[in-house]
Order: sequence, then C-alpha cells, then structure tokens
Amino acid sequence: MHSIRLEERYARLSARKILLVICSLAVLVALIPVAASVGAASLPIVDVFRAIAARIFPFLNLGINQSADTIVWDLRLPRIAMAIIAGGGLALSGTVIQGVMRNPLASPFTLGISAAAGFGAALAIIFGVGVSGSGESLLISNAFIFALLATFVVFSLAKLRRMTPEALILAGIAVMYLFSALTSSLQYIGTTEQVNSVVFWLLGSLAASTWKNVLFVTFIFFVSLPVLIKYSWDLNAMAAGDETAIALGTNTKRARLICLMTATLITASVVCFNGVIGFICLVSPHIARMIVGSDHRFLLPISCIGGAILLLISDTLARIAFQPSEIPIGIMTAFIGVPFFVYLILTRRRGYFL
Amino acid sequence: MRLELAGIQFSYGSGDILRDVGFKVEDGEILSLVGPNGSGKTTILKCINRILKPKRGKVLLEGKNIDTMKLRDLARTFGYIPQSSPVSFPLTVFDMVLLGRKPYIRWKTGKRDYEAVFKIIELMGLDEMAFRAFDELSGGEKQRALVARAFAQEPRVLLFDEPISNLDLRYQLEILDIVSGMVRGAGLSAVMAMHDLNLASRFSDKIVMLKKGEIFAAGRCQDVINADNIREVYGIEVAVYVDSGKPQVVPVACVREGKNIEKVCS
Repeated sequence: MHSIRLEERYARLSARKILLVICSLAVLVALIPVAASVGAASLPIVDVFRAIAARIFPFLNLGINQSADTIVWDLRLPRIAMAIIAGGGLALSGTVIQGVMRNPLASPFTLGISAAAGFGAALAIIFGVGVSGSGESLLISNAFIFALLATFVVFSLAKLRRMTPEALILAGIAVMYLFSALTSSLQYIGTTEQVNSVVFWLLGSLAASTWKNVLFVTFIFFVSLPVLIKYSWDLNAMAAGDETAIALGTNTKRARLICLMTATLITASVVCFNGVIGFICLVSPHIARMIVGSDHRFLLPISCIGGAILLLISDTLARIAFQPSEIPIGIMTAFIGVPFFVYLILTRRRGYFL
Repeated sequence: MRLELAGIQFSYGSGDILRDVGFKVEDGEILSLVGPNGSGKTTILKCINRILKPKRGKVLLEGKNIDTMKLRDLARTFGYIPQSSPVSFPLTVFDMVLLGRKPYIRWKTGKRDYEAVFKIIELMGLDEMAFRAFDELSGGEKQRALVARAFAQEPRVLLFDEPISNLDLRYQLEILDIVSGMVRGAGLSAVMAMHDLNLASRFSDKIVMLKKGEIFAAGRCQDVINADNIREVYGIEVAVYVDSGKPQVVPVACVREGKNIEKVCS
C-alpha cells in the first residue's frame, strides 16, 4: 500500500521536527549556567549550580556563599531570564507579523511600534512628562503606552482600507516616520546628556533587568502564547491568500486583528524595559522557516526558542566582549545573527533542512 | 447538494459587477460559467461562499439561505480553488492538503484528518512530491495539489475558478476527469469558471454564459454554445460542430462593429 509509506514518511518528518524542538530547548537550558558563570567576576560553573540549587532546594543545606548567591540570583539570572523571554517574545511576534502580512520584511518595527516606544522614552527622558510615575517607571510606562498607541493608530488607518496587509504596512511606515521625526525633534531640543541617554535607550540594553520586570514580560508572553498557537492554522491559511483563508473558514479581518494585537502587546512589553532590540524579530522567523518550513505549528515554537538562544548568546557576549564596558545589545544581535543568517542562506538547499 | 442563486447583485461601490444573476445546480451536476474576461465569473463564485457579500439576492443550499451559516460550516460545504494564490511562505504539499481540513480542526489535527489527507494524496497521485514545497511544483502539480486541498474539505459543492488555465492539454483533461468523477461518483455539485468553451461543453451538464455581469444565456450546452450567442458575447465569428452530442467551437474571425474585418483562418 502506498499510503502506508506516506504515513511513515510523515510520521518520521513530524518526529524529527518535535525532536528539533526538544533539542533546541535543551541547548537553551544548557546555555543558562554557562551564561551565568561568565562576566565581570567569573564564577566556576560548579559554584553557579551550587548557588542555584541552594535556593531551589533549601532543605539540602548546601551552605550559601553570599557573593556567589548575589551574583547569580540578583545580577545574572534576572538578566538571563530577560534575554530568554525577550528573545522568545520578539521572535514570536516577528513570526506572527510576517505571517499575517504575508511579507518577509515585516516586523513589529514596520508597524511603528519601536519608533513610538522610542518617542515615549524620549519624552520621559527629555521633558520628564508622560503617562504615570516618575524617573524609570515614567520611561517604561511611556514607552509601553506609546507603542500600543501607535498600533491603535495603524489599525484605525488600515481599517479604512479593509485591513489588507498592504494598508497595514503603509500605515505602519507612515506612523514609524512620524514618531521618528518627533523623537529627532526632541533630541534637537534636549541637552547632550539627555540625547545620549535617548540614543543609549534606542540601542537597547538588558542591563537594568530585574525579577519584577521579567515577571511582567513573562506574564504577557504566556498569556499571548496560547492565543497565537490557537491561530497557527489560520496563519497557515492566510499565507495561502485571503480568499483561500476565508474559503477555509478563517475570519481574516478578525484573525489579523487579534494576531497583530497580541504580537504588539508582547513587543511593547519587551521594548519598554529593554529599549529597541531590533533584528531578532526580523531574522529569527527566517532562520526558523529555513529549518522547519512554513507550517506555523512548528514555526512558532522553533522561532521562539531560536530567538531566545540568539538573544541570550548576544547579551552574554555583549557583557563580556569589551569588559568593563558593554556593547549595546542591538549592535550585538546583528553581529551574531547576520553571519548565521548569511550562512543559512548560502548553504540551504532548495527547500528545507528537515 | 442542490444549490440555487437568485437575483444576485454585487458592486464594489460604484457600478454593478453583477446584475440579477440566478441559476440552479442539482446533485451530481457540473455547471460552467463562461464569458469574456471581466464578465463576472469569479465574482459569482466568490459570492457563493461569502468571500464577497452580494448587495442583493440569495444563495440557497437545499432551499436554506446561506446567510444563516457560519464561516466554518460554509468551509465544510464549499470546496474552493482560487484563480491564483500567493506563495510567499510556501507549505509542503502535504501540509497544503492538510490545510483543507482546517474547517474541521479546533485545536489539533486528529486521526481522521490525517487519514483523509493520506487517501486524497494517493488519489491525486501526489505521493512523490508530498513533502516538497508547494512553490517548487510545476503548474499541473500545483493545480492537482489545490484540487486535493479542496477535496480534503469534504465539500458538498465544488467552486473552481479556472481550474485548468495554465495547464497543458493532458493536465486539463486529467483535472476535469477527476472533478467529474468526484461529482458524479459522490453526488457533489460543481460550479466552475471556464475559459475553454470546448472543454466546458464536454464536461458540463449546464452552462451559464455571462456578458458584462448579466446572464446572457443559460441551459444545456447545446442550447447555449451556438454561433449567435458567441458572436454577441465574445464578438467573434465561430463555426460550431457537434461531437458526440456536445457542441465544439472553432473560432473563425473577430467581429468589429458588426463586420468581419479579420479572418483567423481563411
């Protein structure tokens, strides 16, 4: 029987994809202690494990080494956790936005999210005005609210043109340029010191990560994830064109709106704490697509894990490459991601790796 | 499944694209929509499964208005092939056919979905290319994959928009054979937009000939496909022969302002 062979081949292919998800998760987990052991004060990996275990299993009485405990739990782990969740979140929202727009160049930034967040941040830094709080929390809430506001404007504009991908991209680019111009004019007014901190914020950094921030981003991530997984079949359908998607039972307008809103929420939550970390959301979906193909059921998790790995490696190198100073994460992700991306483009056979 | 359209009117704002379009298709019947480019064939198909919403008129399934049906139920009823589909992020052929199961999937694909897909892929002879990317296929293979996806929807009515354009002669016959086999075998009904009058005549039970968004002639092939109708609708002179009961058309010349000014074959 032919179909037995087909069935077997499909089962084998699916098993390989699931194995890939498990392996890449394993790589990610393995990177955590490595990343925690390197830095300004280098800790042997054994001490890292001991410090982690001491808090997780207090009944073991491993004895707490105060300085190792502080370095691991207060300085490095929050930052590592932020790198993982931010990388995963940005990659996830990039994948969804590209899928919904049917456009390989689309990203959260094409929707004007980052430009608006940047303007919010600049407003807080230069004028100290904004939505709520003061100092750090003013900056964060400003960036977050302005990112959401930008998407709201983009949606309202695109809705006049029936929410087509073309309308969304054009509206997004208009909003992006508007907010970039506004940010530039603020920088023109600000003092050198203020302008420096705006530029620093725009380049992105995970240095200020705290457990509280990580918790907030993680919460939004895990609320959004099931929504996007639920829509993975609709994303596959929309890739085949809106007419086909409707004929297959997808309410394209609603699916597009919900997917984009969810992706925006994730991006806004990441960007408001860490500044603009570009590139991951653009390139991680492509890397994943080259490896597992365009089926969103596998593409979403692989892209997510890949983004987390990419950002964790980049941030770790950004911390240790030119000690004691740090390279902005936005620069590092490009230095790490571009060679890998180019390698995949050049070596990939027609089709996919799996 | 009995499908009936009555008084369908559609417009994109200004100017009607369709005016008072109505016809019936019974179980096991193939109806072809023919007419020049822009005469409204595609728009009619899209109005049937609610990709477009007609301004006026009704689409009835077994006498029931489809307005009351959910999108998901429409997708389980109408198997649709568009005229062209973008391939920005191509799926494998297998996943493309599996996508046809979407109206039945809530969270996860089940055993039944896979069994249906295995069966259809074999039936359509797509085993060899099942795990290749859709955009790597030849035109004929692509079209077969799309037909397979439509069958995976387990539809009661097929809506195919120019299913054989861009195909070579062999694939044209092959696709139409498969479609008519399915329609007669499983008691489906089919509405197809067709450019080739001869193949439309050979494979259809009924023909609806459109001119500028209105039905010009409708009925059995021999009643619709004749030299007078074709002159009026297409503006060409043709000779019509009858081959095993089906009219076959040979184009002779273009008509301009009522005169033959150019002989195609002399």
